[in-house]
Amino acid sequence: MTTERPVLLPETSNIPADAFGPSPSQTVGPYFHQGLIHGFQGHQSAVGHVTVDPFSAEAGGVPGERIRLTGQVFDGDGVVIPDALIEVWQADAFGQYVHGPDAVFTGFARTHTRTPEARYEVHTIKPGAVSGGAPKLWLWVGMRGLLTHLYTAVYFSDEDNRTDPLLAAVPEARRSTLIARRQELPAGVTYAFDLRMQGEGETVFFTP
Amino acid sequence: MTHSADPTAQTSTGSPHPPHLYPPYTSSVKRAPHELLMPLPDALRDHGGPVFGRGLLRSDDFDTTRNARVNGEPLGERITVRGRLLDSSGRPIRGALIETWQANAAGRYVHQHDRHDAPLDPNFTGTARMLTDDRGEYDLVSIRPGPYPWGNHPNAWRPAHIHFSVFGTNFSERLVSQMYFPGDPLLAHDPIYQGIPDEKGRARLVSAFDLSLTQPGWALGYRFDIVLGGSAATPFEEPDHDD
Repeated sequence: MTTERPVLLPETSNIPADAFGPSPSQTVGPYFHQGLIHGFQGHQSAVGHVTVDPFSAEAGGVPGERIRLTGQVFDGDGVVIPDALIEVWQADAFGQYVHGPDAVFTGFARTHTRTPEARYEVHTIKPGAVSGGAPKLWLWVGMRGLLTHLYTAVYFSDEDNRTDPLLAAVPEARRSTLIARRQELPAGVTYAFDLRMQGEGETVFFTP
Repeated sequence: MTHSADPTAQTSTGSPHPPHLYPPYTSSVKRAPHELLMPLPDALRDHGGPVFGRGLLRSDDFDTTRNARVNGEPLGERITVRGRLLDSSGRPIRGALIETWQANAAGRYVHQHDRHDAPLDPNFTGTARMLTDDRGEYDLVSIRPGPYPWGNHPNAWRPAHIHFSVFGTNFSERLVSQMYFPGDPLLAHDPIYQGIPDEKGRARLVSAFDLSLTQPGWALGYRFDIVLGGSAATPFEEPDHDD
């Protein structure tokens, strides 16, 4: 894209100066996968430029434990939700958030539940701890029915999470909703993490 | 269908964003959290966000009138949409990924679950991707989408809209929204749009027709700026004006 076009002036904006403020969220709707094509639909890996599986040889140089994060999303009736969009943002194995388009490990992954069993799955590297907290990764969640997205944090059942200040701020009875359960499966290390949008066992959500 | 709205439910009072529970939008009733939401820790703003390189994009990714052609041009009104991506202080956000998706001119999505009885267009998928330039600007070429019926309530129609997915400078700014068209009579009847709590916020999602953005003899032009970040706790600096 070149910049030889005329500059877009503030005075011709659709957002007048006296109404300046954040653009409100709207639902991702039921058809978001249509917009996530060409390597982005089912972009289930936080490693590689577009879709490098961290279990693959191409990602061989990326340090850290290869893990799968998988689960389902349930509504207030306990019915599985088949159209949730889930994004992951996380640090690498050293606890560093990566910046830059050329990094093999990007820290970002995208998945959804328009799958058999309405199950999402992310292949990634287990993140290292960041400045005093326990290792965690961030989830961004959008779906039909949510006008505004939500965030949640995923901790790991095999870590000492007691010193994490964010988790400590969560009411004790609800902390377990943020902890993914480690399972040693034939396919490799898998962490199970379901989301419950509403009611019994409701996941703790964060909002900006 | 009855709504059993929980009076103790979380609402987004003071937020620019719609509340999670908004019973006129039927799908929200069983999917909105009931518990209070916690504020995102400030630390997340220090961890940046995903960065996407130009290598991710193909040259015609920004132009849905070209990027899905099979045997001809897609049908419908050609439009150009230009805008600026800004942070909460009004500064441009450069190199940010914007992804769009939309229905075709007849109001039909290329999606296996869209059963709306309107024709598909063999030369149109309605998806685009752009990176903002060094002025924070993006440039989308597309077909004006048609409104389409949905099952929220009897005779429900979504206003014509383009879905916008935007990454900011940090992951707490991640936003998915929709762009609407000026003067659309369906906006008044749309619970997704009306879920936005204040009138100024609603107005920000309506693009402006701009004659200077048209491509003469070829396409009409619309202006659509997007402002990221900011929350109930973030005061926006507004210029003085007389109320």
